[in-house]
Amino acid sequence: MAEIITYAWWIFAFRWFHVLSAIMWIGLLWYFNFVQTPTMPKIPAELKPGVGKFILPEALFWFRWGAMATIVTGLILAGMNGYLADAVKLGIDEHSPNITAIGFGMWLGTIMWFNVWFIIWPNQKKVLGITPAGDDEKKAAARIAGLTSRTNTLLSIPMLYCMLSASHGVF
Amino acid sequence: MKNPLDSLGQTVTLGFLLTVVVVILIHLVSGT
Repeated sequence: MAEIITYAWWIFAFRWFHVLSAIMWIGLLWYFNFVQTPTMPKIPAELKPGVGKFILPEALFWFRWGAMATIVTGLILAGMNGYLADAVKLGIDEHSPNITAIGFGMWLGTIMWFNVWFIIWPNQKKVLGITPAGDDEKKAAARIAGLTSRTNTLLSIPMLYCMLSASHGVF
Repeated sequence: MKNPLDSLGQTVTLGFLLTVVVVILIHLVSGT
C-alpha cells in the first residue's frame, strides 16, 4: 500500500480534486451565463419564483464553494509541485513559458475567486433577501452581480488556456 | 454606449481576444 500512495500519487489526487471542483465552479458559471440569464426573460412570470427561490440559491451554494475548493486545491497542488512562489511572480527570471503560463492562470483564477466571494455573493445575498435591501438596491445589486459574472465568463477563457497550456505541451 | 458584457457573444469574443493578449504576454515575460 505504501508503495502505491506515494508523493506523486498525492499530487495526482490534488490535481483530480482541483479539476473536479473547477468543473463544479466553471460549469455553474457557464450555466448562469449561457442558460439561466438568457432564459429568464422567456420564463412565464408565475414560474420565475421557481428559479429565484429554489434553483438559484442551490446553484450559488455549489458555485461559491466550488470556487473555494478550486483555489485551495490549486494552491496546494502548486506548492506540492514546487512552483508556487515562481508562478506567483509570473515566472520572471525563470525563462519557462510553462511557469509563466500557470502564473497568469493562477492570477486570473484568483481574480475570478475574489469576484465570486467579494462581489457576486454579497450582491446575490441582497437579491435573495438574505441581506436586507430595498427594491432599488436589489436592482443595482443584481446588475453588479450579473456584470461580474459576465466578467468571470470572459476571464475563464484565457484562464483555462493558461491552466491547460502550462502542462499539456503547447510551449 | 451599450456594455459589451450585456452580450454573451461579445463576452466570449473578448475572452478569445484576451487569450491572444495573454499568450503574447506569456512569451514576453518568460523571454521565450
